[in-house]
Amino acid sequence: MDPLTERSSELRIYRYAWLPLAAVVAYLLKTSGNLSWLDSAGIAVPLCVIGQFELVAAKYTCRFAPPQRTAMAQILATHVVAAQVIALIWLAIAKATAYVLAEHGSFAGIDQRFAPHAGIVYVAGCLFYFLAVAYYYMLQAQAASHEAEARAMETSILARDAELKALKAQINPHFLFNSLNSISALTSIDPARAREMCLLLADFLRMTLRLGEKVQIPLEQEMELLEKFLAIEKVRFASRLTMEMSVEEEAKRCLVPALLLQPLVENAVTHGIAKLTDGGTVKLQAVNHGNQLTITVENSMDPDAPADRKGGMGLKNVTARLEARYGKEATVRATAEEETFRVNVSLPAEYEEKV
Amino acid sequence: MSKNGDKTLRTIIVDDEELARSVVRELLKPHPEIQIVAECANGFEAVKAVAEHKPDLLFLDVQMPKLTGFDVLELIRTDVAVIFVTAYDEFAMKAFEVHAVDYLLKPVGKERLEAALKRAKARLGEKMPAPPELSAAARAPGQYAERIVVKDGTKVTLIPVAKLDYAEAQDDYVALASEGKKHLKQQTIASLEASLDPAKFVRIHRSYLVNLERVARIEPYGKNSRLAILSTGARLPVSQTGYGRLRALLEEKG
Repeated sequence: MDPLTERSSELRIYRYAWLPLAAVVAYLLKTSGNLSWLDSAGIAVPLCVIGQFELVAAKYTCRFAPPQRTAMAQILATHVVAAQVIALIWLAIAKATAYVLAEHGSFAGIDQRFAPHAGIVYVAGCLFYFLAVAYYYMLQAQAASHEAEARAMETSILARDAELKALKAQINPHFLFNSLNSISALTSIDPARAREMCLLLADFLRMTLRLGEKVQIPLEQEMELLEKFLAIEKVRFASRLTMEMSVEEEAKRCLVPALLLQPLVENAVTHGIAKLTDGGTVKLQAVNHGNQLTITVENSMDPDAPADRKGGMGLKNVTARLEARYGKEATVRATAEEETFRVNVSLPAEYEEKV
Repeated sequence: MSKNGDKTLRTIIVDDEELARSVVRELLKPHPEIQIVAECANGFEAVKAVAEHKPDLLFLDVQMPKLTGFDVLELIRTDVAVIFVTAYDEFAMKAFEVHAVDYLLKPVGKERLEAALKRAKARLGEKMPAPPELSAAARAPGQYAERIVVKDGTKVTLIPVAKLDYAEAQDDYVALASEGKKHLKQQTIASLEASLDPAKFVRIHRSYLVNLERVARIEPYGKNSRLAILSTGARLPVSQTGYGRLRALLEEKG
């Protein structure tokens, strides 16, 4: 909600604001020497009751010159000119009040007594205008900070959302269906391998569930999971799938968000290898250079294959997860050249604290 | 047993995974009337094998390298009963729109395959509509072809639509000009037009469909008619209505 347009709190201010204003004006007039307390109050009260509404003008001049987006000189010019106008109107109201009051017995001659001190009202008008400016600028700042807070909240909710979606997408049902179909085929051709495949699949599923509960895991564990995944796919694709893994010793202990790379490797198989008649290679590399962990997932691809409509979903999830966790310190870069598709993931190297 | 029970069914199994083919092969074993004449590991092989063996029944995977199961169906143009076998359920609608006999999900079970076989036998001998028109009808609105599959004898060529310069109607065929070559495809120019993005391809003449990006300039040619000069140097006639369409599209693009 924008407090600048919130009517009720503004109206409440006008119910009481005239009181201190009138007290100040009356005091200044009294101390000038020429006017009695009655004279001072007689001018100050009507002046401030009417005049306070003029100060609303400050709301619009403040909006016209918001401090963040306006040059200092323009802010000053705007408010100095506005203050002059406001003060002149205050002066006119005060003079009119004195003129009207002079008709009444106890105030007789008040206009003459007031005239030499009219400057006080002018100065007060200016002063009150500047007070009002300060008040409205404060409200503006408050509204802006509320808005910034709301935006920050929204961003963090979006990041969390991306994280959840990424986790849900980990186990692709088609991967399961195809694996089960392979097992079904093996049961009669090669029962021993069918059993082996069942075990591989169970290991993989158990590991996915276990790792999925954790926030960060050592890269070594993620690689173990990927090896299992590729071993299962290898049963399906046979000689069409070859894999190469080279993970630096130094990189193995680095922590990565759990199941971060799994969707990338799955993409490498479904969008790369599965679209090649003669298959190809999935390469995984990880190095730790100057406290930055760089992981590369590379696969052969058919450059003529039409782009998959759903492709990029996994990549988008990985990017969103990394951004939510590491901000600008992590990058994901995908490049396609000739017959190779490569995703480079770079993130700050973090280690498990030694207990 | 259905009335076709004793008739031999020449069958081809198409799947890029050897294990997936072996499941189907095994489940078909108890049926002596099924004669497996070929097994193919990709779409190209399938198109060739169908031309060679003229099968009655086709078990067809959807997601394969190069040519999808739907591409294969578009190219073979023969009366063959098709049973799709895939792990993906999202193509089911499309499969029935192209008049597939059945749609089996992996892992494939015995009962489900038996039921599909029964339906295939009942359907054999029925005339099926020509496939290309069907696959155009099966395309969701707003989705356009990304490539065109053409078969010349047993050779299959894939033309990405961005590489198609223009198409010319020739009786029941269209000649597709791409990268200096012309490919003949048995399809009407209207159905080809319907499968392509109307923001990129314009029918400039009753017999010509042109890739808008190839149009270099338009020249007047005789009375009431014009010529489109393509960046490849080809000169195509532009009819009065075709010129209107072309101008509307160019103005839209600014």
